[in-house]
Amino acid sequence: MAWTWFHRLASPPHVYGLAARLTPWFGWPAAVLILAGLYGGLVLAPPDYQQGDGFRIIYVHAPSAWMSLMVYVTLAISAAVGLIWRMKIAHAVAASCAPIGASFTLAALVTGSLWGRPMWGTYWEWDPRLTSELILLFLYLGYMALRSAIDDVQRADRASALLAVVGVVNVPIIHYSVLWWNSLHQAPSVMKLAKPEMPAAMLLPLLMMLAGFTLFFVSLLLVRLRGEILRRERTASWIREALTG
Amino acid sequence: MSTSALQAARLVLARDLRLALRKRGQLVQPLAFFAIVTTLFPLSISPELARLREIASGVLWVGALLASLLALEFLFRDDAHDGTLEQYALSGQSLTWLVFAKTTAHWLLTGLPLALMAPLAGVSLGVPYAAVPGIIAPIALGTLVLSLIGAIGAALTLGVRRSGVLLTLLTLPLAMPVLIFGAQATDLAIRGANYAAPLYLLSAMAVLSVTLAPLAASAAVRMSLE
Amino acid sequence: MNDFFHMGGYARFVWPSYALTLAIVVLNIVWARRSLARASEEARRRMPIQSAPP
Repeated sequence: MAWTWFHRLASPPHVYGLAARLTPWFGWPAAVLILAGLYGGLVLAPPDYQQGDGFRIIYVHAPSAWMSLMVYVTLAISAAVGLIWRMKIAHAVAASCAPIGASFTLAALVTGSLWGRPMWGTYWEWDPRLTSELILLFLYLGYMALRSAIDDVQRADRASALLAVVGVVNVPIIHYSVLWWNSLHQAPSVMKLAKPEMPAAMLLPLLMMLAGFTLFFVSLLLVRLRGEILRRERTASWIREALTG
Repeated sequence: MSTSALQAARLVLARDLRLALRKRGQLVQPLAFFAIVTTLFPLSISPELARLREIASGVLWVGALLASLLALEFLFRDDAHDGTLEQYALSGQSLTWLVFAKTTAHWLLTGLPLALMAPLAGVSLGVPYAAVPGIIAPIALGTLVLSLIGAIGAALTLGVRRSGVLLTLLTLPLAMPVLIFGAQATDLAIRGANYAAPLYLLSAMAVLSVTLAPLAASAAVRMSLE
Repeated sequence: MNDFFHMGGYARFVWPSYALTLAIVVLNIVWARRSLARASEEARRRMPIQSAPP
């Protein structure tokens, strides 16, 4: 009896309807949190004693970087669930994650580079975190490339799911390798981009942005998920009602 | 009188080696590619050995990785075409072991020769003779890991038209740790320093890949055969 | 107000960062909705074939 909610999650029409109903419940709070975070970060937070107003980039860089990693893990977990329990929905979730994660990885790279420029003097310094982000972007692109290269949706689902699982296992290995490589060569990492000393006035907007972006991701996921479900359900009878009702 | 997994694997390994040795011309291709690529660097940078020695490790490693990747496309190709791969999958033998055997054959035919040939290219880039073991051992291990990881990609892209570039795109991000530690080991060797630490890490990666990669690759093969 | 835009001299790094992130947020919204619209359209096109009389 307790597992019916899990079984219902495997039912495409149920999830389709649920996703449609839940989207605004994630979308609007996300907007509120992000706007509040923006105001707090741009206006209310005091300038950093070391980086001046330049540190304010953290309010867009950190959420983007967080998104890039969180979305990849979500992708990998749903891919694994799809492989193990053979749930089409799980594969649909994974497929929905990829474009979102890839675009925010790009955002993280560009904002990180812009943040580094006044601090390092150049737009790119092979900083370990940015280099790891770059490799993560390649992982996303590879995943999306594999998906589009295989015509059969089911085979594409399973093949890309395996790739995602192999990839996520590699992410910590890649991260620590890059960190080690970077420390060896004493890269001019003048600033610890991630962790300046953070009084509450600075930290609170950051937390709001992180939470806001997370909710935003869920709302995007729910929208994309509906499309992915439709694509996988093809001519199932419930679709007629769902689209006309 | 049933064959054990190990026996079956040995048979597949022997078969792959025998088949490859019949087409000796093809075996030379990765080596020729490696030779050409390593020649590109002095031509595009400088003939000064002192300068080349600085980048020699990187050149050797990138060349070896790319040459190894070239041959990866064909790991399962022929067997998939003539139905042998399906026979392997249906045979009731452990597909993991058979895939491991094929991957080992690939490494013996590509990676290992590259590792043995690399010192020649290294010397042309100003590398001292004392550094030769520091070139062979890391590249041998690194190409082994690459073959193992690449086998997963090769299995996933079976049946995809012109999968060569896609295969490279999929495999290289996963191979970057190998490159980092391997090139570091070779670079330390070239400078005459102790390169045990990165070599141990590289060995650890090899052990990890040997245990896990064939599992993933055989799952991928089954997916592609469905 | 001017100080706000000036961002202590870092304006040319801060504002493009915010602009790019905003652009990617908007892009994601548009992209997701278009993806759903396209999938619905395809599903709708497939429907009449089902209800065709035998």
